[in-house]
Amino acid sequence: MAVPGPVSANRSRAVLVGIILAALLLAAILLSAFLGQLGATPSEVVGSLLRALGIQNPWVPDDVIDRGLWVIRFPRIVMGMVVGAALAVAGAVMQAIFGNPLAEPGVVGVSAGAALGASIAIVAGLAAFGDWTIAAMAFGGALLATLLVYGIARSNGRTEVVTLLLTGIAVNAFAGAGVALTLFVADAASREQIVFWQLGSLSGSQWREVLIVFVVAVVGTVLATTLGRRYDLLALGERNARHLGVDVERLRIWSIVLVAVLTGAAVAFVGIIAFVGLIVPHIVRMVLGPSHRALIVTSAFGGALLLVIADLLARTLVPGGELPIGLLTSLVGGPFFLVLLWQQRRRSGGWA
Amino acid sequence: MTAAMRADAVSVTLGGRHVLADVTLEVNAGEVLALVGPNGAGKTTLLSVLSGEREPSSGRVTIDDRELGSLSALELARRRSVLTQENQLSFPFRVDQIVEMGRSPWARTPQLEDDDRVLELAMSRTDIAGLTARRFTELSGGERARVSLARVLAQDTGIVLLDEPIAALDLRHQEDVLRLVSDLAAEGRAIVIVLHDLSLAGAFADRIGLVSEGRLVALGSPHEVLTASAISSVYGLAVEIIERDGRPLVVPIRRP
Repeated sequence: MAVPGPVSANRSRAVLVGIILAALLLAAILLSAFLGQLGATPSEVVGSLLRALGIQNPWVPDDVIDRGLWVIRFPRIVMGMVVGAALAVAGAVMQAIFGNPLAEPGVVGVSAGAALGASIAIVAGLAAFGDWTIAAMAFGGALLATLLVYGIARSNGRTEVVTLLLTGIAVNAFAGAGVALTLFVADAASREQIVFWQLGSLSGSQWREVLIVFVVAVVGTVLATTLGRRYDLLALGERNARHLGVDVERLRIWSIVLVAVLTGAAVAFVGIIAFVGLIVPHIVRMVLGPSHRALIVTSAFGGALLLVIADLLARTLVPGGELPIGLLTSLVGGPFFLVLLWQQRRRSGGWA
Repeated sequence: MTAAMRADAVSVTLGGRHVLADVTLEVNAGEVLALVGPNGAGKTTLLSVLSGEREPSSGRVTIDDRELGSLSALELARRRSVLTQENQLSFPFRVDQIVEMGRSPWARTPQLEDDDRVLELAMSRTDIAGLTARRFTELSGGERARVSLARVLAQDTGIVLLDEPIAALDLRHQEDVLRLVSDLAAEGRAIVIVLHDLSLAGAFADRIGLVSEGRLVALGSPHEVLTASAISSVYGLAVEIIERDGRPLVVPIRRP
């Protein structure tokens, strides 16, 4: 009987991929820690980390470097990880409920909705009420955009590519115009903040912001993973999922909230970083297959890895300057998206 | 025989039109009930009412004397399985993964111990053991239909509702599937199957329900329902009934 074979083979494959990803992530983190303007050596990074764990050692750097690592470098790296994980998981969940591998928070306008929410918060001076206000408004914008796209683009539990993209264009255009309007009425300081926002950057990340995104990313990933079996059934179509005992309505609502929370939290402090939710789940699916539990967990780590590397490149590619990370991911993600679109079109013989 | 499922004066109105009008029927454990009728007669609507997917405008449907609306999706999934006409897939799962999905209503129950046995049986009965490692999206229409049927069998329920399970199948697999349906009934399950081929319905069903314009115009044994006059008037086509191996064959009268 073929049943036990492929399943256990799959499991060991997932473990292997997990180990490789963890190793790559660790390497990327260490590389990120000492490359860049700070000028810390690898041994100083290790020394600083070991001391933080309470282990005295001879490699501890001097105070300037140590402070630089802990105030600037480490929060930035961790922010990259948690934002990447949140976006990748949001992408995977979105693809599951849309029944379409091309659904992605950036493409369909959820990120733009979050950006609009955040810009309104910045312009209206709501940020004075605390860090959470921008995040909450970003979440509100993301939720509205998700509901809108979901309500319009889906029919019979599936979403045609054309409908999805057209809806995305409309939502992106509207949210973009809204952001432009807030730019128009904003003073110079707010304007700068909003522009920074749209390009996306991890620079200036602070620990308390990191903590917020970290909590959302971890809780969101765990929740999405527990829903994984149900997402698998949803791939059979809404009717069949219901016949198999899935409460489809409830699953949908919770998943939409989940996508909005993850996307909103991810973009709230670092701005729009597009295509992570598209690229990462797609590559994971190619390696591990479409089963959602493995897909979601692995995507979280894959997203973390992708953003740590992207931020490392953003910081180091141009000497003395810094590229916006959102620009980098779009530079890679745009062509990637086109290839996917082309493949899907060829496979289904049209734009279905 | 005990009624596993009962529909009482069920009507469905869509946009002022009676898609289903005053249908009453019982489905008994251990029997195959075939629903036949012209295109658009309401067979699929009737099946979706029986499955709990569509709430009737009036009347009620009960499983084990409990109204469908009072059962949760999961409770329903442990009592009845449904094979729909369309079986598309959003992501390229493997065949064995698809069939395994049929077991999901039984997750975290004692029945979980039966998983391997039920899965193996479902795959051998539908003749897909050779396909398990293939991607569902790479399969032909007939292979997909058999895999979907295997998934329904894996659900292992007392009531099985099948909407045209043999439409995409070749001659041998049609016979295989219908024989399998008879076997399922012999195990004590209640089967409702929508069929287009009247002769196949006559050959394999214990009872036949003839649906026309939303009404159940006849319900009974193949010989009672498949009469030349009833079929001719419902389908608007002259037919004759030929007797073969004790079962009625419906043949259109073709004039040269």
